[in-house]
Amino acid sequence: MSWFSPARFIAVLVKEFIQMRRDRVTFAMMIGLPIVQLLLFGFAINSDPRHLPTLVEVHDDGPLVRAVLAGMAQSDYFDFIGVVYGPDAGEAALRRGAANFVVVIPEDFERDVVRGLRPDILVAADAADPAAIGGPVAALNGIVALASAQTLTGPLSSVATAPAPFNVIVQRAFNPEGKTSTNIVPGLLAIILSMTMVMITAVAIVKERERGTMEMLIATPVRPLEVMAGKILPYVLVGYVQTAVFLAAAFVLFSVPFEGSFLAFLIGFNLFILGNLALGFLISTVARSQMQAMQLSFFTILPSILLSGFMFPFAGMPGWAQTLGTGVPATHFIRLVRMVMLKGANSADVLGQFQALAIITAVFALLAMLRYRQTLD
Amino acid sequence: MTSGAVIDVQGMTKRFGDKLVVDTFDITVPRGAIYGFLGPNGSGKTTTIRMLCGLLLPDAGSGTCLGFDVRRQASQIKEQVGYMTQRFSLYEDLSIRENLDFVARMYGVRQRRARVTQALEELRLADRANQLAGTLSGGWKQRLALAACLIHDPKLLLLDEPTAGVDPKARRDFWDEIRRLSKQGVTILVSTHYMDEAVQCDFITYIAYGKKLIDGPAADIPRLVGLTTWRAEGPELAALEVALAGQPGVDQIARFGATLHVSGVDASALAETVRQFEQTGQQRWSLQPAGLEEAFIYLMAGAQDNFARDAA
Repeated sequence: MSWFSPARFIAVLVKEFIQMRRDRVTFAMMIGLPIVQLLLFGFAINSDPRHLPTLVEVHDDGPLVRAVLAGMAQSDYFDFIGVVYGPDAGEAALRRGAANFVVVIPEDFERDVVRGLRPDILVAADAADPAAIGGPVAALNGIVALASAQTLTGPLSSVATAPAPFNVIVQRAFNPEGKTSTNIVPGLLAIILSMTMVMITAVAIVKERERGTMEMLIATPVRPLEVMAGKILPYVLVGYVQTAVFLAAAFVLFSVPFEGSFLAFLIGFNLFILGNLALGFLISTVARSQMQAMQLSFFTILPSILLSGFMFPFAGMPGWAQTLGTGVPATHFIRLVRMVMLKGANSADVLGQFQALAIITAVFALLAMLRYRQTLD
Repeated sequence: MTSGAVIDVQGMTKRFGDKLVVDTFDITVPRGAIYGFLGPNGSGKTTTIRMLCGLLLPDAGSGTCLGFDVRRQASQIKEQVGYMTQRFSLYEDLSIRENLDFVARMYGVRQRRARVTQALEELRLADRANQLAGTLSGGWKQRLALAACLIHDPKLLLLDEPTAGVDPKARRDFWDEIRRLSKQGVTILVSTHYMDEAVQCDFITYIAYGKKLIDGPAADIPRLVGLTTWRAEGPELAALEVALAGQPGVDQIARFGATLHVSGVDASALAETVRQFEQTGQQRWSLQPAGLEEAFIYLMAGAQDNFARDAA
């Protein structure tokens, strides 16, 4: 009694391809989703935002103050939208979200600079959205240094020392890595693949149960591996198409570089797809309805987004969360993709990621095979 | 294979949770027989059929199906069994030909294309081969399902209420086909609710609430139940029905069109009661051989009583 018959595997495979072709909406979703998400998130997620609304509270007015403010405006980070008076008004504006920054120039600022007293410029930042203020705050020191160097000339050049003759004090500043779409796009590939691969296979077995076709299917001599392989392989190919479309769009629209070894990418990518498909299949054997399968796959997608290092730096998470994140295939794939695409890694550099993905895939596949029932019990 | 029995199992038991669905069920089906499997809804017919073809693992019991052990050799059994599910279970989003082709591949049918084409022609569906199965009417779905479970020339057919929701003409054609297959030596186990189908079976087993109540050759069933039936014809049958209820010897009163069938196991008590009503009433009475239908109605009433007593 053979445990794997190529003929039955092909039977399942052919059937799945026909069904995939007939289900136009799902098919369109699988191909269209990567492009839509890439466009949406590639452009929408920006960790280096500009033109943030800024209020000023000016208690002194002179060439140096004007130069500092002009420099801030020219940096594109700060858009001056008005003037406030008193600390309460500034705080209220921050709280309302009317402004992201309030810049306070203290009284006798210029006089104190000339006297060498190193007065403070206070920048109150809305730290509720730390990612938004990171870039501008980082740029601030350069702006004021330049402004003071340009203004404090002639007899005042004696005070135009480095560092600047005054301090810029930023309250509650947060300094993220400050990367842009170059960072988002490779990570997005991992998220999109997880979403479509897991969700589509998650309904694979449940759909057969719900439609009653499972009874016919397992009344034939078909074996678990034949069903699993036959149902997964078509979606591996879908994953290839998705990735090809995605990479093409990433190069054309976002000029994301590809520095490293394409082979390393290909190996990691295949492992990642298989891991997700096995996870989807596992969900499919647990869920009792297609609705449940969708919900369960959604629960697995959230960790892929939140714990994988896609949204938040992995190193910033507490130990237990990092442990959880290590079990998420997306964690390793995102690292691998960033290493390969951005840092020019080759296969040897990402060996650890290969291993992790292979282990996760094997565990999911094994669990799925054990869960798959050849009976209706 | 023992004594030419295609199915030979003893003590089959299946529980779902703490509900006993099939209780120590025995069945022996000889080769080439049409074996009728009768019983009310929820009596465990489907569960029994599923255990026979390896879709459910029995909790207890043992035996053979086509000479293979029902507990350990499910895959060998599956290769030689054609199982037609109660609910249409082919792929509605596959065409007729694609469905047949899929099933043929699953069973490794030789010369698959030719076999599928032949099946389509036998079905008289050759010109609609590319139509999606989901768009077929109930009768055609049933024909397709039968064709699909015959495509690998199985030795045993398990048909679970194959004619439910199918019009009388299609049912008649279906049974012609069943008899033709039986003549070719295919063994058929068929569950049904219809008495006109039950009488076409060679053997019948009747189960209710998971317990087998009776089995034997179809013609012997009424005699085995031991029922005597009197037929009453004439006016005011409704009033007669009320008057007869509870009289000595009267176990069961059933309306059949314009007649009333009055049955009982105590033939002499019933005869005495009938004689009294014959003298006083306006109806004509005649003794008639008890049919399968009276027998089953009687069995079912008894089974319900038992069940109610168990529950109390």
